[in-house]
Amino acid sequence: MVLGGLHLAGLAVALALASAATSLLAARWPQALRVLGLPLFGAAGLAALASGLIALLGGEVGIAVLPLGLPWLPWRLRLDALSGLFLAIIGTVSFAVAIYGPAYVRSFERGRDSIAALGTFTGLFLTGMLLVVLADDAFLFMVAWELMSLSSYFLVAFQHESAANRRAAFLYLLMAHIGGLAILLGYGVLAAFGGGFAFESMRAATLSPLWATLAFSLAFVGFGMKAGLVPLHAWLPEAHPVAPSHVSALMSGVMLKVAVYGFVRFVFDLLGPPHWQWGVTVIAVGSLSALLGVLYAMMQNDLKRLLAYSSVENLGIIFIGLGLALVFLGTDHRLLGTLAFVAALYHVVNHALFKSLLFLGAGAIHHSAHERDLEQMGGLLRRMPWTGLFFLLGCISISALPPFNGFVSEWLIFQAALQAWQLDSGVLRSLIPVASAVLALTGALVAATFVKVYGIAFLGQARSRHVRRARRVPFGMRAAQGLLAGLCLALGVLPTWVLGAIDRVPRELLGGGLRQAAAHGWLWLTPISSGTASYSAPLVVLLLAGAAGVAIWAFRRGTVRRVRRCDAWDCGFAPPSPRMQYTSTAFAQPIRRVFDLVFQIDESVSTREGGPPRYQLAIGDRAWGLLYAPVGRWVESAARQVVRLQSGNVRVYLGWTLATLLVLLWIIS
Amino acid sequence: MDHLLSQVTAWGLVLLQALLYAVLGPLLVGWVRKVKALLQNRRGAPVLQPYRDLRKLLVKETRVAHTASPLFRAAPYIVFVSTWLGAATVPLIAVDLPTAAIADIIVLVGLLALGRFFLALAGMDVGTAFGGMGASREMLVSALAEPAMLMAIFTLAMGAHSTNLSTVIGHQLAGGLALRPSILFALGGLTLVAIAETGRIPVDNPATHLELTMIHEAMLLEYSGRHLALMEWAAQIKLVLYGALIANIFFPWGIGESFSPGSLALGIGAIVAKLLLLGGALAIAESVLAKMRLFRAPAFLNLALLLSLLGLLSHVILEVGT
Repeated sequence: MVLGGLHLAGLAVALALASAATSLLAARWPQALRVLGLPLFGAAGLAALASGLIALLGGEVGIAVLPLGLPWLPWRLRLDALSGLFLAIIGTVSFAVAIYGPAYVRSFERGRDSIAALGTFTGLFLTGMLLVVLADDAFLFMVAWELMSLSSYFLVAFQHESAANRRAAFLYLLMAHIGGLAILLGYGVLAAFGGGFAFESMRAATLSPLWATLAFSLAFVGFGMKAGLVPLHAWLPEAHPVAPSHVSALMSGVMLKVAVYGFVRFVFDLLGPPHWQWGVTVIAVGSLSALLGVLYAMMQNDLKRLLAYSSVENLGIIFIGLGLALVFLGTDHRLLGTLAFVAALYHVVNHALFKSLLFLGAGAIHHSAHERDLEQMGGLLRRMPWTGLFFLLGCISISALPPFNGFVSEWLIFQAALQAWQLDSGVLRSLIPVASAVLALTGALVAATFVKVYGIAFLGQARSRHVRRARRVPFGMRAAQGLLAGLCLALGVLPTWVLGAIDRVPRELLGGGLRQAAAHGWLWLTPISSGTASYSAPLVVLLLAGAAGVAIWAFRRGTVRRVRRCDAWDCGFAPPSPRMQYTSTAFAQPIRRVFDLVFQIDESVSTREGGPPRYQLAIGDRAWGLLYAPVGRWVESAARQVVRLQSGNVRVYLGWTLATLLVLLWIIS
Repeated sequence: MDHLLSQVTAWGLVLLQALLYAVLGPLLVGWVRKVKALLQNRRGAPVLQPYRDLRKLLVKETRVAHTASPLFRAAPYIVFVSTWLGAATVPLIAVDLPTAAIADIIVLVGLLALGRFFLALAGMDVGTAFGGMGASREMLVSALAEPAMLMAIFTLAMGAHSTNLSTVIGHQLAGGLALRPSILFALGGLTLVAIAETGRIPVDNPATHLELTMIHEAMLLEYSGRHLALMEWAAQIKLVLYGALIANIFFPWGIGESFSPGSLALGIGAIVAKLLLLGGALAIAESVLAKMRLFRAPAFLNLALLLSLLGLLSHVILEVGT
């Protein structure tokens, strides 16, 4: 029997568990994490990548029943193209993190934080994610989902001395479990109609539209909460930044994708034929997430928090794509639905790559300059040239600029949205253009945000002493960033190859692929037909390079070739000092002013006697005031009502028990 | 053999068109300045003055601040090349050129965004207050202008069922002079966007160096010599690009529909006439309008976005399926 994709996937899970186990040694011997734990983690990543690629590029669907689980409910594994795609994503990012990790965790070896816990829970976290995408029954899915959530809770709480971190971790745990509950109920609906927890029987179930919509809503709430969709996103920018940076990369780059996987598996695979009304909901929530996510990202001064808000925005874009797919599939436009679906999956891959890259870059800055606050950074490009270059490539990719990968997926989503004229309903025809306007606005704001990030952090002059003394990071950290940056470029220049690989997913799930996308050879991306739209990324790159060559050749022939260095223009006054530079807050001020309704702005100038006036600005997330705080208050007041039951009298308790028993008996009779 | 020959002709035309963009850029700017001067009862500089300025900048010494990073020196080339390539995808004298298939309208918007991204970064690179100010304002303007531009061209793309610019123009030509509401809205939106994106009055003033009002010039303050020449030239090409976009999409008549010398000559004549008219209109508008405060600009751009969105909505509601 040949080594199939599923065996490799099993190997990946075993290696991840081994990584978790060997990291325990780090409690005694701190180097163990670097020498054993992380290399095993990387090997697990490679095995996952290999199995994912086998499943994508022509392997057949592999199924296995494990001798584990409950006696009447053994755990089932299944490796199809959808699982394969997400396995490949998990594997790639994990591998990059494993290269990056050894140098990064070294700084923790002397610290007080438990490095054994870090390694063990990272290993378990990977195990959980791998098992989620491999699971073929709801039972194993939920067990793996909880393993993923719980182990990442411990990673968020890693530096638990700070009260803010503990609070973020608790909030994360709470939200993860509310979401988990919704998912469990969603599977409950499917299992009730399908007569079993195996995905196979759920697929066979036929649901009435009402029950299907209920199951869809539960899944959307549960997976959407994990994916950080507005308005349930508020936990995400609290939790993701406080974990160590390579774990933040895993959480933002990969775990959010596992939530997308869950949603896709539930809605596109298990739930049966979609309704277009679901798509409208998903598009609306996705648009809101994309726009609010990027606006809040623009306002942040903490680099990792900014990146976390930008994840909210990108997940919004992914869900716009999935919503378009639901609308088109629900109105019997299979080809267009496939296009939107593939575009969303393409963006899933892209976001995993560039967001991990950017988090690793933020980690590199933190490693060498011990700084997360943009207001203290500046001039890092000259101190850390490689990190600066790779971070720039990440910024270009996330800003959806050609010829990088973020552009391709947004281009595909626009192409799908532009086919809205084929829909019969006038409401849908006008809704989709509005969503694409939101997407366009989002894209432009993302570019503004990342101009701010890169310009403030890497360009200009250092705004603090420790940033001025930043040093380049070790080779492993640079190599990991280089790997991800190279992949960002490759996926941008060769979109037809990527689409060819993704194509198996819609062929298995939706019954047909995007065969015509590469019908005119690998040079031409023609998602619908060559007359409708075409894009040739390799030729764009070729022409850009050619024109740049001509420009350099022509313009460097002037009489004075040498470039002379001089002081910056100082308007005839004092020479410019780092304090005169535009700050991150100042850069974002015009956008804050234009979109001021969105933010909860607390701005004040206090003047003390004799002292200089102090300007204070706090920008809060409106989701707290509008959703979280009222729900929190309601839960507390409800809890106070429940406390009345606790009288301390044993007879009253027995009375309640009897009443409960009677009610239950009445229900089942 | 015939196929090869037509390919060679087509690519030759692409090259010719790209060169035409580079040549017409300074000329259009000179023309606008001349008309403005005449309107102000001045004689003004000769129309060819921008060429002389470029030549002067090219032979002058290039100076770079001590605090500048390598990005500062790479940015002018990236800005110039992305703008130029973007321009090359917009049909100027003939339709059905191969560049329109390589890069459609969305790629064009992307290429312009790429140039702007590096322009803004270059502004922040030296670490002076003006550079950051210009970059921040430029990104504000573009954040509101870019969606308006996309919506305006989506209106046309949806009508033509294609995002390929050649096909869109062909569709317009075949449709004849039809005053559809969506086209009018899109024209209004795209015109406002063009004014904002090329840094003209009332959003920005290309002739100012007054600190508190400048946007585009603030980002270029540190540039000199050939770097400045590249940046200026890129801005001039961008003006022609938007002019050609408006002229050829909304008033496509005269553009060469085949590669025969006669139709190409007609194409060149037509585009030059259209650009002269548009440039004159721009000069008149700049003479009668005052520059807005920065925080008035969002209202202006929101109007552009609203017009474009109205165009798209009136298209999908009124015109599809009738």
